[in-house]
This record gives sequence, C-alpha cells and structure tokens, in this order.
Amino acid sequence: MSQAAITVENLSKAYRIGLKEEIPDTLFGAASSFVRSPFKNFQRLRSLNTYDSHHGEAEDIVWALKDVSFEVQEGEVLGVIGRNGAGKSTLLKILSRITKPTSGRAIIRGRVSSLLEVGTGFHPELSGRENVYMNGTILGMTKREIDRKFDEIVDFSGVERFLDTPIKRYSSGMKVRLAFAVAAHLEPEILIIDEVLAVGDAEFQRKCLGKMQNVAEGGRTVLFVSHNMPSVLALCTRAVLVNAGCLQYDGIPSNAIDQHVSSSVDILSAPPLPFRSEFADVDSFTVKSYEGRQTGTLPFLAPFTVNIDITLKSPLPGVHMLLALYRKDDDCRVASITTRESACSPLTAGHNRVICEVDHNPLLPGVYAWTLQLRRPGDVFLTASDIATTAITERTLEGASHPYVRNHGCVHICSDLVVHHTNDKHEPTVCKS
Amino acid sequence: MPTATAEPQVDQTKAVGTPLAPVDVPVTIVEPDSAWSFIDFHELYQFRDLFRFLVWRNIKVLYAQSTLGIAWAVIQPLFSMLVFTIIFGKLAKIDSDGVPYAVFSFAALVPWTYFSNSVTEGTNSLVSNSNMISKVYFPRMILPLSAVLSKLVDFSISMLVLLALMAWYGTTPNWGVLALPLLIALMMVTAAGLGMWLTALAIQYRDIKYAMSFVVQLLMYAAPVVYSVSIIPTTYTIGSVTLNPRLIYALNPMVGVIEGFRSALLGTRPMPWDFLALGSLTATLVVVSGAMYFRRKEQIFADVA
Repeated sequence: MSQAAITVENLSKAYRIGLKEEIPDTLFGAASSFVRSPFKNFQRLRSLNTYDSHHGEAEDIVWALKDVSFEVQEGEVLGVIGRNGAGKSTLLKILSRITKPTSGRAIIRGRVSSLLEVGTGFHPELSGRENVYMNGTILGMTKREIDRKFDEIVDFSGVERFLDTPIKRYSSGMKVRLAFAVAAHLEPEILIIDEVLAVGDAEFQRKCLGKMQNVAEGGRTVLFVSHNMPSVLALCTRAVLVNAGCLQYDGIPSNAIDQHVSSSVDILSAPPLPFRSEFADVDSFTVKSYEGRQTGTLPFLAPFTVNIDITLKSPLPGVHMLLALYRKDDDCRVASITTRESACSPLTAGHNRVICEVDHNPLLPGVYAWTLQLRRPGDVFLTASDIATTAITERTLEGASHPYVRNHGCVHICSDLVVHHTNDKHEPTVCKS
Repeated sequence: MPTATAEPQVDQTKAVGTPLAPVDVPVTIVEPDSAWSFIDFHELYQFRDLFRFLVWRNIKVLYAQSTLGIAWAVIQPLFSMLVFTIIFGKLAKIDSDGVPYAVFSFAALVPWTYFSNSVTEGTNSLVSNSNMISKVYFPRMILPLSAVLSKLVDFSISMLVLLALMAWYGTTPNWGVLALPLLIALMMVTAAGLGMWLTALAIQYRDIKYAMSFVVQLLMYAAPVVYSVSIIPTTYTIGSVTLNPRLIYALNPMVGVIEGFRSALLGTRPMPWDFLALGSLTATLVVVSGAMYFRRKEQIFADVA
C-alpha cells in the first residue's frame, strides 16, 4: 500500500524554438522570400510537433525537461522551485496531462486536479453563479459536488451580493476571489498548483494560505510551484529545485531554497567589483568572519565585519553611506546601517575605508543581500544593489534540542523569558533566549 | 552570548497527514503515445457534466447583450430566404419542384444554416478555447462536439419558423417526417466529423479559420439549397465512360439531408434513400477519420495553441 501517488520516470520534454529569420536585403530577395514564405511557414508550423521524429540535438530544440525522475508519496506536499524557465511549469503541465512528454513517463495514482491558473474557463458574459459551475466542472468537479459546496464557495469568495451579475462587471479582485474560492474547494486526491497564491490582497492571500494548509494537512498529495519562498516553507514537507530542466536538489525545503537563492544570486545579480559610478567607485566589499576570513556563509549568531573600500571622485558635502540588508526570499528589508547616525568621521574625496563591526548578529538562518548607497537628503549618488550576499546557516545552540531554522523569522530577539505560576512558592526562573 | 532554547521545529507540527482511505484509485499513465484511437466514450461520459455546461455556455453566451437575442437564430435563414426568393425564385425563375419558392428554399436553409454554423463554430472551437486547453486537462473532443450540439437550439427555433411558413403556404408534411430524426442525425454526424477535422487543423494552421469564412458560403452551391436536385443530370459521358453525376453529387451528405427535408415536409419527391445511403457512407468516413485525426493530434494541441 506504500505505492507512490506520483512516479516520474526519466521524463523529458523538448520544444522547438523559432530560429532567427533571414532578412532579405534586396528587392529581389524580398520578392522571392515573399513567394517562398508560405512554404517556409508551412514547414515551420508543421515542425512544431515533429520533434519526436527528430534525431540528435538540433540547434532549434530546447529541452524544457531532461531526464527527470522522482516520486511523491501519498499525503506529501512537494514544493517545486526554480528560476523562470527552469522547466517547473512544463513539469506540471505534463503531470496534469495538458501536454505529453517527449520521452519517459509519469504514473499518477488518484484523481488529479490542476490549478495552473485561477478562473480557467470563466466567461465574462456569464454571471458569478454560472461561472462557479463552469469553472468547477472544468477543474474536474461534478455538478452534484458543486451543488453541495456552493454556499461554502460563495461564502469564501465574499461576493454573494453580485452572484447574478455577469462577471465582466466585476473588479479584477472580485473575479480572482471567486475563482480562488472555487479552486479552494476542490477535493481531489492529488492537487497540482502553479503560482496561484500570488493574487488578491494580503488578507485574502492569508485566507488562501490557510486553506492550502488545511488541504495539505488533510492528507492530500500536493504539488506546489511557487516563487514565494515563505509559502513554500510554510506548506511543503519536501521540495525539489529544478534548474535548466534537471532536478538539482530533492529534499528538505529550506535546503532547496538556500540552494536556489544562493545560485540565483551568484548568477544573476552580483555586480563585478570595482563598481564604478559617476561620483564614486566601490573598490571592494567583503564580509569577514570573526576570525578575519572572507566568507559568504556564517553560522547563526556569529559576529562578522563588513569592510568597504570606496573612492569619492570629488568632495560630496553631507554625504553618508547606507548599507541596506535584504532577505533574498522575499526582498524584505531587514536592516539598515548608516554612517549618518553614528559619530564617525564623514566620507571625504579620495579613498575611504569603512569598517562595520557586527558583534551581535541577530540574523536568523537564511540568505541575505547587501545593497550599498551613497546619499544625502534629496540626492542619491550611487546605488550598488546586491553587491554581496551573506548566508546564515542553521545551528543548534548549546543545551537546545532543535536548531534555529529559517522559517523562525528574520531576526533573533534576545529576550528574558519568565514563567510565573499562580501558586508558586519559590522565585521564578529567568530563562535567557 | 545568549543561551537560546529554540522552539520546537515548525516542520514537525505539519507532518505528513493521514493518508486517504485506499478507495479504488484511478491510475493514469502519462507517456508519449503514437497509437491511433477512436473516440473515448468512457472518458467523455466521465466528463459529462463539463460537456453539458459547455453546451449550455455556448447557448447562453451566443446572443448575450443583444437586444434581439435568440431572434438572430431566425433572422439569418429568413433573410437568406427572402433574397433567394426574389433573385432565384422571381427573377431567375429556378424550378422549385412545384412548391412556392419561399418554403422550397427555407426547408433547405434550415438544415444548411445549422450545418454551416456548426462546422464554423466547431472549427473555431479549439482556437477560441486555447486558453483552456493550455491550462487544464479534459477530453479535447468535448469542444467541437459541444459546438455542434449547441447549434441545435438555433436549429429548433428555425424549424418552428419553417412550420409556420408551411402553414402560411398551406403545405402539409407527410409520413416522411418519421425519417427526420435520421436526417438530423446524419447532419450532425457530418458536421461533427468535419468540425473535428478542421479544428484539429486550425489549431496548428490558422489559415483554416480564414478559409472557412468564405468556403462555407461557396459550399452552399454544392448542396441543393437554391436549386432542386432534379437539375443535376443523371448521365454524363466522357469518351466511352458513362457516369451518373447525380450519384456523385449525392456523396455530399447534405444533398440527402436537404432533399429528405423537402420530401418529408413539402412532399416534392419520395424520400431519397439512395442519396441518404451514399451520404451516410461519406459521413461515416468523415467522422471516423476526423475523430482519429483529432485524437492523434490531441497531444500537441497545448504545444501549438
């Protein structure tokens, strides 16, 4: 009975991309290409689906997925993360039977509902009520099932007053709420979700997340693609990282996210040093551990130092340097360090070395990025975004049974915990945290 | 350094839930598939609710936000009938088998309008629902089939108008009306078969869509809508070979359908069973090949849409 709900075996999917067209540069060339173009178009359109008969690696073929294998157990909530174009959506499309794989296979045990978009099949001319039925049946519910849950769905959406209005008169928010309400009441054995939580206002999003949590705890198998790392952390029991069509990591969600976030930082954003601008150059930016070693990763609670070499090309009176720290998961600004509030001497023309010592590092495990700015009120002279990244790793403290992990938050607040008992004879114990 | 006691890990509280009861779970295998297959009736039955709602949506949405509403279903054949009666009946004086030209042409326009509209609608069904195709799975065949089914509403309404017109001219139907369900079935099967062929092509080659808009109009002249089948000769000789053009003509299933309608409702001639037999042959061929082509192409719809 321990059969996996989803078994994926060597799944591959190729797409053909359009090659660059030759542009004719003579009138004759233009005329002849005009005559030839129907034939070329035909060839092109026909070849859209002939990749399966193709041998070897043609240059216009991209493998959206290559040799992907994994299993999802019944009741597991699997997060699928990865950069845009990594193949996540293709994977979901194959598993939800929208498109066929080029090779390999997937075995799915149970009724599947896939939610790759909210409001699939919504028709603007139909009323809210009618669209609930339309959308519900498209997502695989039966009419009887919808009848049964109709009131609940309407309640969840909060648009009961407009149920008989055509949804083209709805605001986009109302439409999304109605669509999500339908989706939230699906009860398949396997649920496949792509990025749909990124809709609605904050309150509605929380409601959706709560609903998803219920679904996950209800023993359903869920496949969840998202760019929203906190919700992956909150919902998933396991995560896979997809990179360029391959599975790069399969395991604990926080590790998958760390790998994803750090790899995307390395490749995407770190600007080369020295970072030059009109007013100043940043010659170096290093984060050093307590022992003075330059590093990108620090254990939880470890002190560190930031050393910055910066050259001002001309005097900038009143300028101060701002270091902003962002959490990579969600771009939440965690902290700011500025030379404005401190009594340090101002930056002058020429070379400056700024040393910032952090003795008490409150950052919880996660990946953080530094942004450096030179500014004064009203002016920004230099912005170096994501100039360096620092990963804080998990660590179990002495005497503790569990490590501090990333989903505990952004910062660690040192606090004294006291528990008072009502009929206590002796002094309460103070517990440092 | 503070000595921290970490709270219990959140991960453990949302541990894997209790598995659902091991009921009879359907197993789906997704793999590349190159076999030819016919209509999967079992799957269509499973999706019957969606089928029903799509048909209903097509009907409901068709004349939404129009003042005349469903009256448009009648206006199209009615105005064609008026124009044909003036031009072909009065001016060109085309033989109408002894019945008033207005009923003669309207009895043909009712099935023909159904046929041309449902083929056009069926052809567009995949392209206009490409969003649905690329976002959710359901048997794709529901789309052209629901287009063909939903057009029956227009058909029924113009049938009523036809009966009113017959009452006006004092023509009475005969026992041939018992064959009407058969004629209607033949008409629907042909439309469905053609619709499946064309829509599977149109999703990959949009040319079909542009061609359909005028080809359908031209095709009307390949069926006895404005004229009677009696003007088609029964023998034609090329060299030493003698052909029967009327039988070749009757390979078009709509020839049998239209002449059958006229026979049953207007009594112009006995029920043309020979035409119907030939037409059924073509219709079967079209629907079987159409369904198979459609099923074969089905797996790439989401990729080319």
